[in-house]
Amino acid sequence: MAIAAFGHAGSSKGTKNRASKGSAKVALLLLAPGLLYLAIFFIAPLLSLVATSLQTMDVSTGFPIYSYGFEVSNYVSVVTQYGPQIFRSFFYALVATLAALVISYPLAYFIGVKARRWPLLQGLMLTLVIAPFFISFLLRTFAWKQIFSSESWIVTTLQSIGILNPDQYLVGTPFMVIFGLTYNFIPFMTLPLYTTLERLDIRYLEAGADLYANPRRTFTKITLPLSMPGIVSGTLLTFIPIAGDYVNASGLFLGSTETSMLGNVVESKFLKSYEFPTAAALSVILMGAILLLVTLYVRKSGTDDLL
Amino acid sequence: MAIDFVARGADLELVGIRKEFPGFTAIENLDLHIPAGEFFALLGPSGCGKTTTLRLVAGLEQPTKGKILIGGKDVTDTKAYQRPVNTVFQSYALFPHMTVLENVAFGLRQRKIDDPLAKAQAALDLVELGHLATRRPAQLSGGQQQRVALARALVNRPSLLLLDEPLGALDLKLRRQMQIELKAIQIEVGLTFLHVTHDQEEAMDMADTVAVMNLGRIEQMGSPEALYDRPKTVFVSKFLGQSNLFVGNVSSDNSNSVSIDIAGNKITVPKNRAEKHSGTIAVGVRPEKAFFHEEQPKLGADHNLIGPGEIIDIRFTGVSNQYLIEIPNIGKITVFAQNIGKSPVTELGAKVWVSWKVEHSFGLSDVPISTATESIAVQ
Repeated sequence: MAIAAFGHAGSSKGTKNRASKGSAKVALLLLAPGLLYLAIFFIAPLLSLVATSLQTMDVSTGFPIYSYGFEVSNYVSVVTQYGPQIFRSFFYALVATLAALVISYPLAYFIGVKARRWPLLQGLMLTLVIAPFFISFLLRTFAWKQIFSSESWIVTTLQSIGILNPDQYLVGTPFMVIFGLTYNFIPFMTLPLYTTLERLDIRYLEAGADLYANPRRTFTKITLPLSMPGIVSGTLLTFIPIAGDYVNASGLFLGSTETSMLGNVVESKFLKSYEFPTAAALSVILMGAILLLVTLYVRKSGTDDLL
Repeated sequence: MAIDFVARGADLELVGIRKEFPGFTAIENLDLHIPAGEFFALLGPSGCGKTTTLRLVAGLEQPTKGKILIGGKDVTDTKAYQRPVNTVFQSYALFPHMTVLENVAFGLRQRKIDDPLAKAQAALDLVELGHLATRRPAQLSGGQQQRVALARALVNRPSLLLLDEPLGALDLKLRRQMQIELKAIQIEVGLTFLHVTHDQEEAMDMADTVAVMNLGRIEQMGSPEALYDRPKTVFVSKFLGQSNLFVGNVSSDNSNSVSIDIAGNKITVPKNRAEKHSGTIAVGVRPEKAFFHEEQPKLGADHNLIGPGEIIDIRFTGVSNQYLIEIPNIGKITVFAQNIGKSPVTELGAKVWVSWKVEHSFGLSDVPISTATESIAVQ
């Protein structure tokens, strides 16, 4: 046996080297479609966007003509000009994300932990969480506009009991925009929370109770830390798209010019006034800011291994 | 918090406990008293209600009926976190997001005890894991996790420590080692231990008192020696070690003993070792207390003798040879012979007689369900 093993040692090593070289090639080959996809549909558009954001504008012909350049002042001007919209984007996103978390956590906890004994109820509730996706979110958002319109009984009731002044309405207010954002993104918060809580081992909670932690302490010291992965992915899945959302805050839906978010400015610059460098610079700022915030957030929450 | 924490163990009393789950009754009617400072084992097969009993004491389940008293205080209506009880869980349930040290300090922190980390470190040192305090539970081996779970419970100095098959996941060698350590710690800290297990050797090895549980009831309770020497029911005689059981009608009855007649053989049991003295009864003997003979021996009235039969199986287990002997009209009988160098017979098919001392017989209160006329040797 030993002799045979020695005899083969050299050759088997050679085979192994050849094999690893071969498998590296295979790996590269298998990765190629994905890499190609990323290069065409992510890297190239990104570079194009950055290049566009640095374009210079020439109005000498009386008509704006853009050419590639290195106009960093584009960034300065959009930040000074659209500061309120940028701030609003992140502020609304923060409030709506927190609201979605507060609403989703008990819901996900109920579905994932309390309803374990009734799989049918669990399935039904999960279906209900996803069910709104069967209707276009534009329609649903528009429906909310109708429900909260100035003539609706909700608004007239609120006016009659004095919560709203007779000349105050809901549609077009920051409240309404945050309401819409929260509503639209709740499933993206609930589902990751559910997947984490569904795996929560009840025995840890029993151990907590056994070690003198009352239900509140058990929640803060055990349940909450153990559901951090769900909280982090849920908040990311809501915060990032909300910060770039332009439907809810648009005047056509729940917002007004008073509630314009970054996405609304980008939309109008790209599609209405054709100020491409401005729109591109805003997009890059949005992307960069989100990237920075997410990095800080993930670091802070200690769930690096999640990403 | 109004919890009294004592340095020494407290006694536990269960009064008329009944626990129903949807669809079945886990515990029928349980009365139990465990004196302070005792190592008490609840022994039974899975599904017998022993873990439910433990969870009731811990406060993780509420009894349908009955009362639970710890140290004389009724705790039936108090929550788990209010009871001066700690549990070493079967799965250990160490918090994965905390270090070993924080796990052990958890209970102390909840009760706002001074200097929790130093006390937790001392508890870890007690179980010889002080050097692993900064690790996460997932980085420890099963045996180490078990000891952390023990330290996490012990550090609180509970009146009553509950152990839910804590050694079940360990390999045999580690289990034996932990059994010795656990017993040593119990004697050292003087707490009341309630240990739930299905391992009869573990229960007999460690406990002062063993209660054998079956189908939600306690079948028999006593010291390990008493339970083994004198089982009172078929279940206990089977579950705690092995037994040869013979079922027959009582044929003679004098002031000291009763005898049953089975296929022309007379088997006698002392009256004070028999639960029933009339009708059809089961008489048993432990395999290691029975002997076999190649020739019919001349024995007095102080011995039971049956046979002849035939050796149909021999198993070598190291410590002893285990012989399976088939006696016509009686059935199969197991005999253990110590492996002391010279075994009486080692040949299959040999014709032998089986004997044992009358004083080693025991009479049971019930008879095996499977067979009423034929005796059985239970493996």
